[in-house]
Amino acid sequence: MGRYVIRRLLQMIPVFIGTTFIIFAMVHALGDPVNALFGDKAPSPAVAAQIRDSLGLNDPLWVQYLHYMKGIFTGDLGTTFSGQQVTALLASAYPTTLKLTAVAFTIEVVLGIGLGLLSGLRRGKSVDTLVMVMTLIVISIPVFVIGYVLQYLFGVKWGITNATVGYGAPIGDLILPGFVLASVSLAYVARLTRTTVAENSKADYVRTATAKGLPRWRVVTHHLLRNSLIPVITFLGTDLGALMGGALVTERIFNIQGVGYWLYQGILRQNTPTVVGFVTILVVVYLLANLLVDLLYAVLDPRIRYA
Amino acid sequence: MRGATRVKFAAGAIAIALAATACSSSSSSGSSGGTNANGVVNAWWGDPQNPLEPANTNEVNGGAVLDMIMTGLVQYDPKTSKAENAVADSITSTDQQNWTVKLKSGWKFSDGTPVTAKSFVDAWNYGALSTNKQVNSSFFSYIDGYNAVAPASGNPTAKTMSGLKVVDDSTFTVKLSQKFSTWPQTLGYTAYYPLPASFYTDHAAFLNKPIGDGPYKIDSWTKSQQMKLVPNADYTGTNKPKNGGVTLKVYTDTNAAYADLQSGNLDVDNGVPNAALKTIKTDLNGRFLNEPAGIIQTISFPMYQANWNTAGAKLVRQGISMAIDRDTITKTIFDNTRTPATDWTSPVLGEAGGYKSGLCGDVCTYNPTKAKELVAQGGGIPGGQLTISYNADGPHKEWVDAVCNSINNALGNTKACVGKPVGTFADFRNQVTNKQMTSAFRTGWQMDYPLIQDFLQPLYTTTGGSNDAHYSNAQFDALVNQANAESDTTKAVQDFQSAEKLLITDLPAIPLWYQNGTVGWSSKVDNVTLDPFSVPVYTDITVK
Repeated sequence: MGRYVIRRLLQMIPVFIGTTFIIFAMVHALGDPVNALFGDKAPSPAVAAQIRDSLGLNDPLWVQYLHYMKGIFTGDLGTTFSGQQVTALLASAYPTTLKLTAVAFTIEVVLGIGLGLLSGLRRGKSVDTLVMVMTLIVISIPVFVIGYVLQYLFGVKWGITNATVGYGAPIGDLILPGFVLASVSLAYVARLTRTTVAENSKADYVRTATAKGLPRWRVVTHHLLRNSLIPVITFLGTDLGALMGGALVTERIFNIQGVGYWLYQGILRQNTPTVVGFVTILVVVYLLANLLVDLLYAVLDPRIRYA
Repeated sequence: MRGATRVKFAAGAIAIALAATACSSSSSSGSSGGTNANGVVNAWWGDPQNPLEPANTNEVNGGAVLDMIMTGLVQYDPKTSKAENAVADSITSTDQQNWTVKLKSGWKFSDGTPVTAKSFVDAWNYGALSTNKQVNSSFFSYIDGYNAVAPASGNPTAKTMSGLKVVDDSTFTVKLSQKFSTWPQTLGYTAYYPLPASFYTDHAAFLNKPIGDGPYKIDSWTKSQQMKLVPNADYTGTNKPKNGGVTLKVYTDTNAAYADLQSGNLDVDNGVPNAALKTIKTDLNGRFLNEPAGIIQTISFPMYQANWNTAGAKLVRQGISMAIDRDTITKTIFDNTRTPATDWTSPVLGEAGGYKSGLCGDVCTYNPTKAKELVAQGGGIPGGQLTISYNADGPHKEWVDAVCNSINNALGNTKACVGKPVGTFADFRNQVTNKQMTSAFRTGWQMDYPLIQDFLQPLYTTTGGSNDAHYSNAQFDALVNQANAESDTTKAVQDFQSAEKLLITDLPAIPLWYQNGTVGWSSKVDNVTLDPFSVPVYTDITVK
């Protein structure tokens, strides 16, 4: 087990270097960001040259990349054009996005698995049909439509919640955006859970468990659900990364200054350190979430062993 | 039954009590005229692009804050855009080239240190020096010795400009590199603000919490989230705040801000999204203002391309200009937040300032038949097709397509004009500055100071810093120089207008429309107005 984890962690190093380089090269390919700093005005050549020089934009790409990597290992992720340290941005943006992701993830897990289990156990009944129809609707509507509609109804028209997330991102304000962010995944989780639950409820071990006289809730939680959750956990694991990266749209609608906000700003202003810094952390989150999923398999299914 | 009655009675009593306290609280907190002098205004804001230094701020978000916390030698009247002395007591010259600036006494920075001649001279020298990488550096290019501190290539050979000299605490002299009669009126621009000594001694601390001599001072600033500004007790100018402070809230998306405005979380929103313009008047019960700002949108042509720089191409450009139905486009696409342009300046200058409605005449009037004739007469569109380049990350596609449609209809050729998107603003500007344009491209100009000079000299003189078309006409240059040397403002304006008239025939840029500033506000605030730069006049806003 320990060796397996170490091997997986070591595998992350080439992935890390590869992704940072690709992102670095991609932002670089967008072109020279300096002229845009001057707005619609023509830049003063003297100042533009000084800025290019200080950003190292005159060096070849690989020199710039090495320079950036050197910075990373000394804890310096570069600065934005407004002079803020990217590390400071990460420190302020990630907790906010993590909070939002946590809210969304909780909603996704609780509601998704709950609804899936309910309709899986009562397949063909009206509850099942209702869940299927509702999830189909959610899946077919783009997230930003759901976001704007719910914001208008709850925030503007009825005034139940704040229309946007206030200063400091209090949890109460994050419930609505969390729901919006989770909505589509929630629908998938519900459908996935329903299918596996429906399938496994006919399995031999469930019949055996019922036959030996276990109470129904125990059969469901300990035998049926535990075995049905493997594909769901796989989905949830990859979705955790997707939620953090995909929060961009939701963060814009509800004015949350999180990861999505800074990625958007970074791309718009072509600030390489911002984009690479944020994407790198996202990549690490993705890799760790995947590792966690693989380890959870062993917990859920005793047949799976890692050496 | 009896229980229910008792509950009802209790509820009624509570309601009465609440109403009573509500009444009393509003009457006790309100001062004269039902306004609350301590009330705080929540206003829309975007994250500034550059660090908050005066010479490094060239966009509206950073500019809005600096205008609140700093005051320069002159300031502009928000209604008439007329320049009036603020920190300056007088700015005089006998030859329009050597200026003596005298300061009023008593002005202080919010850290308590006095505003002296040195505060200005040091700040300007700092802003000009190319190694300080200030984006507004070129604003100091009129001062003698600028080329030594910011040479076009290589490192600067001097740290300070030879044209700036401190005489005493309240006097300094400026020698310009050319005659420039309206120079004092340019000094209200952000780049010319004074800086306290702490700017140089503890630069990092200054950037975290800039200090100035303006009506407000920064109380706290959580970068990229919000900034709290409170009235500056040391402020001695004429724009004393009529509210208890302003909280600027950063919004990523204008739609989110508009939702907050409607639900009462935001008081002043000058970033109204286009989508909301159709319904905003009813949404806000008329609490909406739409008025001209000092911004003009144009379509420029690459005069550096041989096929666009011919006598025939002149006629083609005139024809294209006549083929654009500005009235319909401003109405249908912009919901009247743009006004069809009939000259190359802006209505905010006023007649006296050089704005002349209809100066462009027939050339800027929609006339499809004449348009077709002129284009044919000029030998057709160079290259066979007109493309209009724009940056796709801005809100330009709609109007570019509409303009092309209008041209295509007028010329009776569905392929005469087509929009040409460029991915990002940075890439678009790179292509423009590197002279890579082969056909028309969008250009916009937001004035730096309300002067006709600012709409003409940087854009259309041969050496103009923002002459994206690379237009060159010796007569135009001569008239601009003559205007700058003129001591009488009225005569100077006339000279500028004579120069402007040359643009009608040469047409390096087609005027499209003047952009308006828009602002919506909540029922909690009053007296919301916009200055000519389309920034709310924060100091005048009152809270109910």
